[in-house]
Amino acid sequence: MSVVAASAAPLRTRAFPAQWSARLAWVGLCLYTIYAASLLDVTLARFVQGIENGARFFDRMFPPNLAADKLALLSTGMLESIQIAILSTFFGVLLSLPLGLMAARNLTPGWLSWSARGLIAVLRSFHSVIVAILFVKAVGFGALAGILALIVSTMGFISKLFADAVEEMSMKQVEAVRATGASFFGVLAMGVFPQVMARFIGFATYQLDSNLRNSTMVGLVGGGGIGATLFTAYQRFDYDFVLTILLAIIAIIMAMELVAGRLRRIFQ
Amino acid sequence: MTAAAGSIGTPRWERFTPTERAARGIVYIVTAVALVWSLRSIEIIPEFLYDAPEQTADLFVRMWPFDWAFYPKAIHAALIETFHIATLGTILSIAMALPFAFLAARNFTRSPLLNWFAQFVFVSSRSVNSLIWALLFVAIFGPGAIAGTLAIAFRSIGFVGKIFGEALEEAQKGPIEALVAAGAPRAMVLTKGYWPQVEPAFWSVALLRWDINIRESAVLGLVGAGGIGVALDAALNNLYWDQVGLILAVIFAVVIATEFVTSFIRSRII
Repeated sequence: MSVVAASAAPLRTRAFPAQWSARLAWVGLCLYTIYAASLLDVTLARFVQGIENGARFFDRMFPPNLAADKLALLSTGMLESIQIAILSTFFGVLLSLPLGLMAARNLTPGWLSWSARGLIAVLRSFHSVIVAILFVKAVGFGALAGILALIVSTMGFISKLFADAVEEMSMKQVEAVRATGASFFGVLAMGVFPQVMARFIGFATYQLDSNLRNSTMVGLVGGGGIGATLFTAYQRFDYDFVLTILLAIIAIIMAMELVAGRLRRIFQ
Repeated sequence: MTAAAGSIGTPRWERFTPTERAARGIVYIVTAVALVWSLRSIEIIPEFLYDAPEQTADLFVRMWPFDWAFYPKAIHAALIETFHIATLGTILSIAMALPFAFLAARNFTRSPLLNWFAQFVFVSSRSVNSLIWALLFVAIFGPGAIAGTLAIAFRSIGFVGKIFGEALEEAQKGPIEALVAAGAPRAMVLTKGYWPQVEPAFWSVALLRWDINIRESAVLGLVGAGGIGVALDAALNNLYWDQVGLILAVIFAVVIATEFVTSFIRSRII
């Protein structure tokens, strides 16, 4: 009956009319995907070949290499990565405090906040691997280049979030502290920090986590840590050791996520 | 009266309980110990540091003036390739992440095992860096853009899936129950019940990830996965610092342009 009614009354508006502009956009997206895939030489033959290579690759990866000398290499690299993460987070966060305060438009005059925001934008715009390459040239191979590169990316990330948090806070407390005649640092210590410190520590723990991930990456370009160990193993076709390293990285990062979550809960 | 009460002992207001204070104290101590341990045992070669200022100055002197003739020769095509790697990788990652996002959403999939499995996929995807994903795919598919696209896609699954899954979990039950009660087929519940509620989150995560992927795809070439990174790697290995400077400037311009484009689209559609 309902079928008859629907066909007999074509004037009835449909509950969900077709959106032609949206459909057109989806078709455009599909066309782009096909075009880009053809441009990047993604063909079926190549894919099949890749599957074969992949099977051989995984075959060589298993079982993971757990020889004692390899494990010693792994632990040295991993400890260095953890040290890089800790040092870069600490110094990066320390430097982000003044930079973030300078960039907060409700505390500092316009010229200062805009130049600080400009600096933050420059720090953020380069991938940490590129920054690491430049530092490798400047200070040589090793952990120091990795630490400096991650300090730059930490500053870009934390200062921006910290500045935004300071801008979102309530100005009432700040004005109350100011009205007592407190100095600028008094206002910071009693009016600003109590409001934003919990969020700041949240950002810092998040950054510790993300610096650990990235410290595995800066090693690929000479920045020290487990990334260097991984890249050497990869270039020597020690794929079974590569798998060991990858599993260790995933395990360490999962553990770090747990620790970071616990830290955030303590400081909430 | 207050004075009398004070002499008996007014309850002193304290911000934290003793347990909270102890927990914070332990964190401070552990932080300090970790810092000292790292500072003492990190290996820094001082000989390299003596000439660091000279090396840095040398770096910039050699970069300027840029080798502009290099742009039409090699950079432009590589730049377009980088753009396609990032865009195609993002599209691919969304296509792969959507099923896992539905599996991870506890209100949609009522099986803790499947929820947990999806979370595991997300964590593995995010733990391995895009550069390391690229290494693996270069070993499988050989050097080239296909390895870069897959690296971008696999690295993004965790990010897109996690955020989109959380958005699905926050979807309100009302419209969905109404559709189910009206006898709508399951596909319709998805497109008319869930989709309108999660659409803003979907577009914002897609744009955000595209923005990140443009930056990431610029460095994938360092391990041979295509894009402008290949040109950067070649210039670095040949010590053509004037080309390196030009490539860095181009990447900077593209990143800034991407930020403008994404913030423009975001203000239009979200």
